[in-house]
Amino acid sequence: MAGEALTETRRRPPLAEWLGEIRPPATDVERFHYRDDEDIDQPFNMAQLRRLMGYTAPYRGVAGLATLVTVLATATQLVRPILLGLAVNVVAPPHGHALPLDRRLALLDRYTLLYLASYLVNWVGGVAQTRLTTRLGQAVLQDLRRDLYRHIQGLSLNFFDSRSVGSVLVRVTNDVNALNDLFTNGIVSLLTNVFLLAGIVVVMLLLRWDLALACFAVLPVLGVISTGVRRSIRRAWQVVRARLTRINAHLNEAIQGIRITQAFVQEEENRNFFTQINFRYFSTWRGAQAASSLFAPLVTVTGAVGTAVVFVYGAALDRSGVLTAGAVVTFIQYVALFWSPVSQLGMLYNSLLQAMASSERIFQFLDFRPVVTEQADASDLSAIQGRVAFEGVRFSYDGVRPALDGVSFSVEPGQTIALVGHTGAGKTSVVNLLTRFYDPQEGCVRVDGRDVRSVALASLRRQVGVVLQDTVLFSGSVRDNLRYGRLEAGDAEVEAAARAVGAHDFVERLPQGYDTEVQERGSRFSVGQRQLLSFARALLADPRILVLDEATSNIDTEAERVIQLALGRLLEGRTAFVVAHRLSTIRQADRILVFAHGRIVESGNHEQLLDQDGVYADLLRAQFRVLERDPD
Amino acid sequence: MRIFGRLSAYCLPYRRTLYASVAALALATAATMVVPYLTRALVNDVLKGHQWAAAWVFAAALPLLAAVGGLFTFAQAYGAGLFGAKCTYALREALYARLQYHGFEYYDREHTGNLMQRLTGDVEAWRMFLGQGMINGCNFVFNIVFGLVVMFNLDWQLALLSLALLPFLAMVVVRFDHRVRPVYSRIRQAMSGLQTVIQESVAGARVVKAFARESYEMEKFDRYNGSYAERNLQAGALQATFIPSIQLLGNLSAVGLLWVGGMQVIGGHASVGTVVAFFGLLGYLTGPTQQLGFLVNLYAQSAAAEQRLCEILEAPDRVRDRPGAVALSRQAARGHVRFEQVGLRYPGAAVSSLTDISLEARPGAVIALLGPTGSGKSSVVNLIPRFYECQTGRVVLDDRDVRDWTVSSLRRQVGMVPGETFLFSASILENISYGRRDATPADVERAARIADAHDFIMELPQGYETTVGERGLGLSGGQRQRIAIARAVLYDPRVLILDDATASVDMETEYEIQRALQAAMEGRTTFIIAHRLSSARRADEILVLDRGKVAERGRHAELLRAGGWYRRMYDIQFRDQAALADRAAVVRGAQACGG
Repeated sequence: MAGEALTETRRRPPLAEWLGEIRPPATDVERFHYRDDEDIDQPFNMAQLRRLMGYTAPYRGVAGLATLVTVLATATQLVRPILLGLAVNVVAPPHGHALPLDRRLALLDRYTLLYLASYLVNWVGGVAQTRLTTRLGQAVLQDLRRDLYRHIQGLSLNFFDSRSVGSVLVRVTNDVNALNDLFTNGIVSLLTNVFLLAGIVVVMLLLRWDLALACFAVLPVLGVISTGVRRSIRRAWQVVRARLTRINAHLNEAIQGIRITQAFVQEEENRNFFTQINFRYFSTWRGAQAASSLFAPLVTVTGAVGTAVVFVYGAALDRSGVLTAGAVVTFIQYVALFWSPVSQLGMLYNSLLQAMASSERIFQFLDFRPVVTEQADASDLSAIQGRVAFEGVRFSYDGVRPALDGVSFSVEPGQTIALVGHTGAGKTSVVNLLTRFYDPQEGCVRVDGRDVRSVALASLRRQVGVVLQDTVLFSGSVRDNLRYGRLEAGDAEVEAAARAVGAHDFVERLPQGYDTEVQERGSRFSVGQRQLLSFARALLADPRILVLDEATSNIDTEAERVIQLALGRLLEGRTAFVVAHRLSTIRQADRILVFAHGRIVESGNHEQLLDQDGVYADLLRAQFRVLERDPD
Repeated sequence: MRIFGRLSAYCLPYRRTLYASVAALALATAATMVVPYLTRALVNDVLKGHQWAAAWVFAAALPLLAAVGGLFTFAQAYGAGLFGAKCTYALREALYARLQYHGFEYYDREHTGNLMQRLTGDVEAWRMFLGQGMINGCNFVFNIVFGLVVMFNLDWQLALLSLALLPFLAMVVVRFDHRVRPVYSRIRQAMSGLQTVIQESVAGARVVKAFARESYEMEKFDRYNGSYAERNLQAGALQATFIPSIQLLGNLSAVGLLWVGGMQVIGGHASVGTVVAFFGLLGYLTGPTQQLGFLVNLYAQSAAAEQRLCEILEAPDRVRDRPGAVALSRQAARGHVRFEQVGLRYPGAAVSSLTDISLEARPGAVIALLGPTGSGKSSVVNLIPRFYECQTGRVVLDDRDVRDWTVSSLRRQVGMVPGETFLFSASILENISYGRRDATPADVERAARIADAHDFIMELPQGYETTVGERGLGLSGGQRQRIAIARAVLYDPRVLILDDATASVDMETEYEIQRALQAAMEGRTTFIIAHRLSSARRADEILVLDRGKVAERGRHAELLRAGGWYRRMYDIQFRDQAALADRAAVVRGAQACGG
């Protein structure tokens, strides 16, 4: 090992050694795997761009005005080299063209004032331009973000079930913001810079066409630097960013899993892994830095070549008397001006390519269609009794594996139904169809005799309450959270609901009682307390039909008693479906539906099912088998 | 080396990279300073003096100079960036190493989000200052100094004129930065509000839809969306006020130069070439000055970042080996655990978490810990692998205080199945062999079979090679738990801690996990933390904790007779089961009669 390290040192160039080299790690540790979310440019797509530009339509006025002031401000740039050249010729006139002194002084004053005026126009134009373009960009982005969010809110649950929260978040925030450059500066910048470049070219040609043509030789080179070189630099940084994302993903995981790491004494091994990804990041970074450090020198050298052309050719023209010294100065200034529009247009082109990638992802979301839609002739579901019927329901999430395979049952108002079975047996699917989160492929679900597909979604869901296993709390006060299902509920009603489920006491003890902010999705509450809050929320919404996914055993036994009491209150007088995990709940149910492989295999109350001594009895026995082997 | 601040240890090894970059910058700046002389010579000697041949010399010199200057510019930009990257590499290594060893108390205090913010944002701010801030600062100084030297060398009066507005320019630039910074921070706040709304409504989509609250969520979103856009407009308004004015201030110098310079030429006090050269020189002064605000900002951010990074690096929370600590060998370890009047109080806590806890677990014994949430069950087991340290009494493993064993050898003999399973973004194989990198695939499979995990693993798309964890395939709670059990089995410790291992699974899965646990416990000293009495019944000793003290202790039958908390819980939990047993007896009886 030591010998290897020594040769390694010897092989390195002495300069790198002297500068303080970072050595590649000696060991190769493969341990964690992170997938990259690479964002690669998309090819230019005209239809997509047109669709994107559609968002600017309402702001055509602002865009037009912004373009106008920008062109005005830019035009002053064209004037200045000419003024400067004229001034040179006034203060140091070519031979034989000398004017009287007072005339020369007067002309100098005039040129200076014009020069000042050009900067003042530039200033006013700059102020107006920045304000207008910011307004344009922000307005368009705000609209786009709103449309995207609205669309997402309208999508069905299959959309949410199949992606991570993070990926949705990235679309609405990062991808939309990536278009900022295009909307804020893009359109205006395109028009302005085309105008500026054309202006320079025309003025130069008018002044001296042959010298102008000679200068234009550098334009293609600048163009290549501005687009091609810049793009390859940006790609290099994209790779760097992907590597950094990987480092951050690992850091996040390393912190979250630190207790496991220390319990299993893996600190050293993890450090070796980290050194490796840290070094990979460093080495790609170095390459990208080298490439981008080349950019500025390339531009400078190209510009210098252009200026040299003016020097030589201009001097020759001056010698033959066709060009004044002032005109040569004007040309030198124009050549220096070349870079700005070429650079801006190159940047615009690049941000357009980037925008293609972002907008494609945005449109992908916008083109996603909800699977559950309201029928055109859907009518509101009037106040229901709570009768529910499944008639020959077949349903599959992916169209391949059946989740429900011919399920029929009917429930009278006020009954409590316990749904029992292994994970994946079909319990949750029943819930999903009843609330119309999904639609069945065959058969139908009826509430009070009406097919749920024929009624307005909101009117159905208002009357079918859902309490989930993992309680979702939103940021906002406790009161806001309880009121979530009925925004118009008064404070007294909120409190009554909390009292009914036994949540009032602990809410009162909070620093600001019902006005206490729920932090970090309810982290200040215990699991049991969160459950009680969600009961109170459902109670306040007062639905005729209640669906309840019972929490699993991660509540201690005492809290469980409180919850059982609250549950009794909640279910009173409603039709209830309980995805049950607790035997006590199951026993109290009017009917138990036992699911296996998407079918109902047994149905009846606790006593009846025990008498049958079938799947249900087996399931219960399995729970206690540990105890049956008990010696005492 | 104060210039590198408190984190200089991560900069000094690479300081020469920075020095080389600064040297290159000086040369590059010097090269650009030649250009005004060339311009002056062109105008004065060629255009006015008619030395036509000289035009060729200047024309050749210009690109040559640009090339040489460009070479130095490249070296300076690359060197400065490289310096920042090298320092950041070293800093990241150090941060990661510290974080790996910080104790549990540290992580109880610091949230993941907060730490991540430091590891990403603060490290980046620090790098920006090292890689760009320092070199841009030098650039500012060089340009001003060199520019002034050249200007005064060319014409001192015009030089003074060019300088006149510079202080005002600097003031406006710094003032702009001061005004715009709080607006940017408000933009970030608005963005985070926006993100919260999206995050919550997407994560809680089921609830939103169940309560038909889509339109309510949209209104909430519109509010945040509006305020985000509005704050961006505020920033835009500030930019609109300041940026054109900053440019104007620089440009007014040029206007003055045109007027005064022009008159001097007319009066014969200056050559026209000098004045034209001055137009070029102005840019060297105003350009870097416009960056002053950016520089001040970089410095301020980096100073704040440095402070926060030092807090991570200097936190004293590491669990260290005591002097004279001995390594506990695999052969010597028997798994004999004793608590002697142990008391524990967490730092900053008002009350003790554990008071006077004594217990003895002989090798192979099973100890069950029960009690309400917060009664101190986890605190007891966390003392065994020294995740925390007790203030009074001692915890003894195999006749020696756990603090007198080396930390790593101690933890090597204590395995854990935590209540909440954490899986890394790695293959299942790597997750199971997390504590035992030397294990063969056959070893892993054996452990998985014992933990009742082999069958479901084989049904996964890539079997043991399937990537799981946050960024991998989602597994059910019960499956994750069984992988954690397999991990502990493969680790093969003398002492096994099962922390509420069946808390978050449904009742069908619970039985399967109980079975796996029975197999894992075979031949080890085991501590079980449980809410369900079923897992505690067969323990050699059951301890019921209440507010950090032992409230009841004994075997199952004894505790039932004692009629305390344990009895109460038993009655609640086993009422149903007793009913089932009676029922089953009746059914069997009936069947017997019928048959």
